[in-house]
Formats: sequence, structure tokens, C-alpha cells
Amino acid sequence: MISKIRPKLQLLPQALVEKIIQEAYVLLERTGVFVENEEAVQLFKDAGMRVDGPEQRVFITPALVSDCLGSTPTSITMYGRDGERAYTVGGDEVHFDPGSAAVTILDPATRRQRRAETSDLVRFVRLTDVLPHIDFQSTGLISGDVPDIISDSYRLYIGLLYSAKPIVTGTFRVEGFAPMLEMLTAVRGGAQALADKPLAIFDACPSPALKWSHLTTQSLIDAARAGIPSELISMGMTGATSPVTIAGTLVQHVAENLCGVVICQLANKGAPVIFGGSPSSFDMRKGTTPMGAIETMMIDGGYAQIAKHMGLPTHAYMGLSDSKLNDSQAGLETGIGAVLAVLAGVNVISGPGMLDFESCQSLEKLVIDNEICGMALRLVQGIEQRDEELALPLFEEFSSGTQFLTMPHTRRWYREEHIFPDIIDRDTYEAWVSAGEKDSGERAGDRVEELLQQSIPNLVDPELQDRLRALMQADASNNGIAALPPLD
Amino acid sequence: MEQDTLLSEMTQSIIDGNRNQAEILAREAVSQGMDLNAVIEQGFVPGIQRVGDLWEQGEYFLPELITSAECMKAVMNILQPELDKANIRARSLGKVVIGTIEGDIHDIGKSLVASMLGANGFDVVDLGADVKLDRFIATAQEVEADLICVSALLTTTMLLQKTLVAHLREQGLLDRFKVMVGGAPVNQRWAQDIGAHGYAENAMTAVQAVKELLGSRLEP
Repeated sequence: MISKIRPKLQLLPQALVEKIIQEAYVLLERTGVFVENEEAVQLFKDAGMRVDGPEQRVFITPALVSDCLGSTPTSITMYGRDGERAYTVGGDEVHFDPGSAAVTILDPATRRQRRAETSDLVRFVRLTDVLPHIDFQSTGLISGDVPDIISDSYRLYIGLLYSAKPIVTGTFRVEGFAPMLEMLTAVRGGAQALADKPLAIFDACPSPALKWSHLTTQSLIDAARAGIPSELISMGMTGATSPVTIAGTLVQHVAENLCGVVICQLANKGAPVIFGGSPSSFDMRKGTTPMGAIETMMIDGGYAQIAKHMGLPTHAYMGLSDSKLNDSQAGLETGIGAVLAVLAGVNVISGPGMLDFESCQSLEKLVIDNEICGMALRLVQGIEQRDEELALPLFEEFSSGTQFLTMPHTRRWYREEHIFPDIIDRDTYEAWVSAGEKDSGERAGDRVEELLQQSIPNLVDPELQDRLRALMQADASNNGIAALPPLD
Repeated sequence: MEQDTLLSEMTQSIIDGNRNQAEILAREAVSQGMDLNAVIEQGFVPGIQRVGDLWEQGEYFLPELITSAECMKAVMNILQPELDKANIRARSLGKVVIGTIEGDIHDIGKSLVASMLGANGFDVVDLGADVKLDRFIATAQEVEADLICVSALLTTTMLLQKTLVAHLREQGLLDRFKVMVGGAPVNQRWAQDIGAHGYAENAMTAVQAVKELLGSRLEP
């Protein structure tokens, strides 16, 4: 049998990959990075790095970067809540998770965005939990009905209560890490067990250009010490907060990420790190950051290739749209992004469900996007040789009456060679009319309600529920919040 | 060089975003002892107005817009000291204190607004990003501002715009300073809800909105 190939996207010639990395090394050594965190600055000093002035600009030598790349795992294995199913984050394995931290939800009835509340977050988490092509959960919505101060831990709390999938999350305050770690440890049953079988990924965003803020640096340090993978989310905007050329932006992107890698390794040698990002092609007309722009996707594909060259797991914000509704723009931007992301072999692909420059989540879009993800995942399975002889035996009794529908060969393979959509319309016109003449957004809305009714909430056992609730309540009390919204 | 030619070259230098040329022309005007108010009003300002038109028409994008605004700023840096020396008050359209609110480090949008206001004849004090509420108020009092512009990119920090307006109201300063809010999650409705005087969607509409907002107090 001839082995299949995994189709791959390569946007950069090898020489350009090396040139970008080389310039990034020079940036780190000559220009340096602002690190606004005392603990990290001390780690850099202890490693013999020069730190300049009150702005705490850290100059990182190529030797230290190489050393830290050497100790960073090339692959991470994530586990769901039950600790059984393993998900490889490395190589060309790809996993989708919904775009994270939206502040609004698209209300399908009014076609307007509105503030998300706890009940929306619960529905979002439960829906993500049952969608087959979305491997990871994300803390995708921020609940407007709990005070901002605890909105980071609260979204993780809801995620852990209602979903069994590994979860992508992050802190909004330095103090947020401790209660979030306690929740994760409670689910796993111990600190070592959590480090052995990571359940959550923590996103941390440097501020372009070349700055790591206090909050995000602390998240890197705390996560590294707990053995929790950090996902580095550089987000240069071409021509606004990073060079306007794609290659120039890639240099800055790589430098910011490498600085993050170094911080993690200095905090805890061998700590898991994912080379990621949410850069964008800055729109010079509107002053906006389109995630659906083809150039945005080219930056993503470019850095994924570079990160793979350096042997790091990868992440990108792809498979999302800037449209405000579930219209054709939403579908095309999400579709192109998802396909390019899987072809680029991005290990963690964040985006499904998202609209309006990462600010809005839509349950209907999440259901449609699940289908897009399924198509993309099918694509990278490639074309396989299923039989010793591909077609010749099927033509042995060939006549004008030959048809393939009833052949055992057809029955043997059709479900493996082809996937069957749920939302995509393949009806005849008459069948579509009699089904109510619905567009994809309306069909998705129906499906959302079906899925949420069918699925038995994936609840943790009552004892653990109590424990998580107590931890959340304690964090709320510590911040002067007496009551949390009731859960059904 | 003829003064008329000089004036039209000034206009063109701003349209082209040619900072070197604009600075040369500004110095030339000073050394020739030209009427500096005329230099500003008939030389450079028509340039930035034309840039605004080109933006509205979709000819110019942000890089052209901001480069021209920065040119205008460079020109004023040369002309302002001369005006001060001669005790001539440049016709300021009003004094604006602007910044991104505390806890928020996003300042691109805010900086665009600051540039455009400055280029269009407002005195702008840009406090940068992550600006404490008290600092907005203290600076506005210190420089006797007409307007405080507060930007927020995050829905979390946006709430502090409301707090700022509340503080101003408590301190009885809401009659003294107008407040304008902006930023990605902010809209007209929010501005109304929190009692701000104005809102602008982007840097160009901000110029118009500020002109309208301050219009009443600028009339003689």
C-alpha cells in the first residue's frame, strides 16, 4: 500500500524562515523587550541578562534563547476531565476550540449583540461539549452578570462544571491564577496529577510591540511552575503596532513569543509552552483588526511554519469572522481560515463561533463552524489507498447496466470516505421548501436548541461540584462579592 | 518667493505629508516675517482640511491621514514659540485633555483622535494610556481644559468612563468640562446612559463632534 500524504501549507521558503528567526534573535539581543514584572526581571538578571533603566528593558542573548528552546517540550499531551482521552498538541495534530473571551453574544431573534450572562455561558459550554469536531472547550464568553473582578475564575468554574473537554482559559488579574489553579487541582485530585495530565491551557498576551505586561508575565511564571501549558498570544497589527509587511511582522511576532518561551523556561525548566498568536492585518481605512483578512491568515500560517521549524507546539486564532451576522461573509472567512489552519498544521486553532473582531460569540455560528471544522479535518486526512487494486476489480463485470450503488465495495467504504453534514443544505429545492425555506443560520438555531435539550449536562460528581462551588464562592467573598448568579 | 506661492506650497506640503518641506516652509515664513496667523490659517490649515476631504472620499487611508497630522504638529512646534514671543495668541479652537482610561493599555485609537484634534487647531494634552481617573480631572483643572476625552477598548475598563463622569458630577465639575467618550465597545447610547456630553465613532468624526460640542463656548 502506498502511504498517504498529509496535505500541508508552506508559505515561506526555508531561507526566509531562517532569516526571520535570525532577525528576531537580533531584536531580542539589541532592542530588547520591556518586561513589567519584577519577578521575571530578577529571573533574567539571575540568568546573566542585561536589564536597562527604569523601563526594565531586558536584552536576551541568542545563547539563552537557544538554551530555552532546547528545554521546551516539542509536544504536549492534554487530557479531558476524566483523564482518559489524550490529545496531542504537537506535530501536525490539530484541535479546534471556540474563540475565547467574547463580551457579547449574538441574539438570533433580534440579530443584535447583547451582553452575555451566566445562562449564556452555560449554554455555550454545554454546546461546545457536544460538538464532535471541537476538541477543546474555551472560556468563550464573559458573564456580564458577575462583577468584572472575578470574571476570569468564574468562566473557568462554569467550564469545569459543564464540560469534560480540555479547556483553554486565562487570567484577567494576577490574583486570578490561584483560585483557578485550585479549581483545576480539585478536578484532577492533586497538583502533581494536574502537571502530569494538563487539563487547561492558559493564554497570555504580550503587548505589541515587544512588551510583556505585569499580568501576562505573572501568568507565564505561575503556569510554568504548576506545569500548566501557556499559550503565547502575540498580536501585532500590521502597520499600527508592528511592521506593515508580513515578513516584518513575523520578525516581531517571533521575538515576542521567544521572550515568552524564555520567561517560562526560566521560571521552570521544561515547562510546556505553545507558540501562538492573534496577529492581524490592520485595516488602514477603518482602523480595525480584521481576523478574516487573508493577510491575517498568512501571518498565522507563516509563524506556524516558523514555530514548527523551531520544534514548538503551535496555536492560532483562525476560523473566525469579522461579520456581525451569520451571513456569507461569516461562512467564507471561517471556512478559509479553518482550512488554511489545518493545512498549516496549527495544533490549537481558536476561532469557531466568533464574530466581530473576536468580540462576539454566536451559538448558531458555533454549530455551523463545527461543520466547517469537520470538513477541514477531513481534508487533512488526505486521500488514501483503500484497496490493493483501486478500481479494476469493480469493472470486471462491466456492462452498460453497471451501477455502483449496490456494490459491497460502496457499502464498505462510503462512510469512511465521505462525511455527512448536519447544517449544510444538500436538499432538493422542493425538500428545502417543505422544510420551511430556512437559511443556514436558522437551521443552526434549530440545531442549537435540539442539542441543548438532548445533551445531558456533563456534570461532575456532586462532591466535586460542591468543592468547585466552594472555591468559586471563596474567590467571590475575597473580592467582596456576596452572591453569585444561581445555576439551573 | 512670492507669499502666495509660499502659502500654496505650505498647503501642498501638508497634503503630501512631507514633513521636511513643511518645516522648511514654516521657518521660511518666520524668517520673512510673514503674518503667522495667516500662515497657519491660509497656508497649513487648508492642507489638513484637504486631507480630511481626501479621507472622506476614500482616497486617503490612515497612514496618509496621520502622517499629515504629524506634519501639522511639527509645523506648530516651529510656529508656536514665535507666536508666543510676539505675544500673539494662535486661534485655538479649544483645549482638550485626552487619554486611555486606567487599566487599559490600548492607545492607538486614542492617539489617532489626539493627532487629528491637534492638526485641526485644538490644544491637545495627551496623557497616554492607563491614565488614573484623578489625573484626568487634575490635568483638566490645571490646564483649564474645555473638554476631557476618555478612550476605553475593553468592556471592563469602559465602566470606568461612567465612574469618571460620576466623579466630575460629585465634584461639581461637569458644567466646567465637557466629556467625550470613545473606544471599540463604546457607542452613542452608552455615552447618553453615563451622562457624557459626546461620543465619536472614529478620529475624523471626533473632530466634527468636538467642534459641535465646543461650538457654543467658542462663539464670541
